[in-house]
Amino acid sequence: MKYDFILKNNIRRFTLTLSFLICSLCFLPTLFSAENNSQSERLKEAEVKLEEVEEKFDAGELIFDHILDSYDWHICTWKGKHISVNLPIIVYSEGELFCFSSKHLHHGHQYVVKDKNGDDAVFEIPSEGKYEGKVVRIMSDGSQIRPFDISITKTVCGLLISCTLLIIVFLIVAKSYSKNEERAPKGLQALIEPLVIYVRDEIARPNIGKDYEKYFPYLLTVFFFIFFNNFLGLIPFFPFGANITGNISVTAVLALFTFCLTTFTGKKHYYQDIFNTPGVPWWLKFPLPLMPVIEVVGCLIKPVVLAIRLFANITAGHIVILGFVSMIFILGEMSVVAGGAMSVLSVILAVFVDFLELLVAYVQAYVFTLLSAIYFGMAAKVEH
Amino acid sequence: MELITPDFGLLFWMTLAFGIVFFVLAKFAFPVINGMLKKREEEINASLENAKRIKDEMDTVQEKAQQIITQTREECDKMIAETRHINDTYSEESKRKANEEKNRIIESAKETIEHEKMAAVTEMKNQIADISIKVAEKILGKHLDSDQEQLDYINRLLQEIEDKNKNA
Repeated sequence: MKYDFILKNNIRRFTLTLSFLICSLCFLPTLFSAENNSQSERLKEAEVKLEEVEEKFDAGELIFDHILDSYDWHICTWKGKHISVNLPIIVYSEGELFCFSSKHLHHGHQYVVKDKNGDDAVFEIPSEGKYEGKVVRIMSDGSQIRPFDISITKTVCGLLISCTLLIIVFLIVAKSYSKNEERAPKGLQALIEPLVIYVRDEIARPNIGKDYEKYFPYLLTVFFFIFFNNFLGLIPFFPFGANITGNISVTAVLALFTFCLTTFTGKKHYYQDIFNTPGVPWWLKFPLPLMPVIEVVGCLIKPVVLAIRLFANITAGHIVILGFVSMIFILGEMSVVAGGAMSVLSVILAVFVDFLELLVAYVQAYVFTLLSAIYFGMAAKVEH
Repeated sequence: MELITPDFGLLFWMTLAFGIVFFVLAKFAFPVINGMLKKREEEINASLENAKRIKDEMDTVQEKAQQIITQTREECDKMIAETRHINDTYSEESKRKANEEKNRIIESAKETIEHEKMAAVTEMKNQIADISIKVAEKILGKHLDSDQEQLDYINRLLQEIEDKNKNA
């Protein structure tokens, strides 16, 4: 009876893991499929490419290769060959959409396709200059033009995976709520529920007040989005480990959402506090609108600070962990003994920082959500 | 520099992805979760209130029960005391009566014994008298056969009486 139960539980857990794996693998066929010439198919194309790698170890390159975005997803280097997933490049240039695999652009190779007029469209990733590391179109006169680049880069790919995961997890949880009505929570539901209640009772309600329900879905989404991406970013294996919340564009969009919500849902009191701050002498407002200017600048700085805080915290954590790991190889190149000795210390330090990063992953999600809630609370305040 | 420069493509995809996630979760997941959490909280509150009410009721009932028990015990004690008292008095009375009876019986037994004794003594006296007379007769009859002896005897008797009178 008991074993039966355990078996059942394990099967359920297994199917859950399997379904999750299948979902994440949904991306893979599109990534690994062979090249096809038709343009709509090219959007999905990408393949594992083996290529030669230079001998010398460069810690800075390794770290920035991880921190920064790229057009392919480097998985590992095996016997001197890079194993990476080539992600699709999607660019919009001269009124036309071009999609092709990033494998064509390795090592400064040029990729030539026919555009709608039958002329050659040449693309390249320059290794130096203004557009270093970014896809550019080489015009007929030799000049470089940066097209609208909406390629599925490593960060975008990681983002799509984590967003899919987020949606799947929450739909499962929502389903188990409606299925498991009037029962104690279990499984994923029991994992998510304390966090949802925490966001509601410790972040949303105390800072926003009665009107918290209006902002609550957004706060939950932000919290879990950052939380998931922070944690997935700490997993060093494909398809996780992309530095998503450590990317300024990602955090900027999050901060922008918070800023827009604050600005557009702001009540009369919110704007009165900005443009006619109470309790301030009139001469600070009238001929020279000093206070209003300061307040407006403050409003604009808030989202910037939000974005930079999250980006810097997560990036710093990744850099420190990678730095410790790199130390093994730097010393290993000098002498095997030093590398061996360093590996013990480095692993201990990296594990320590990894634990610290687990804390930071949670704390940053909390801080971003808390500050958003505080801004919403200011915007939604009715009485004074 | 690339590190801190927002990238257009990423901004685009991030806005799209986050927007979709926000929309899907806010539409399909969070209302269900929040609704259920709220419902459960209400249920828990209602259950707790119910439990409190039931506990209060139980307390009053228990108090009542305790009161009844105490009352009953008091009554019981009183009854027992009464019974004991009655029992005590009754046993005293019966003991006294029994004693009296005993004494009476002993008294009457003594009386009867006395009577019997008297009767026995009287009878004994009578028999002794008879026996003495017979003995005397026998003694007399034997020794007074001869005249001389009879005369002697009479004379002696007379003499004794005369002595008695003289002495008197």
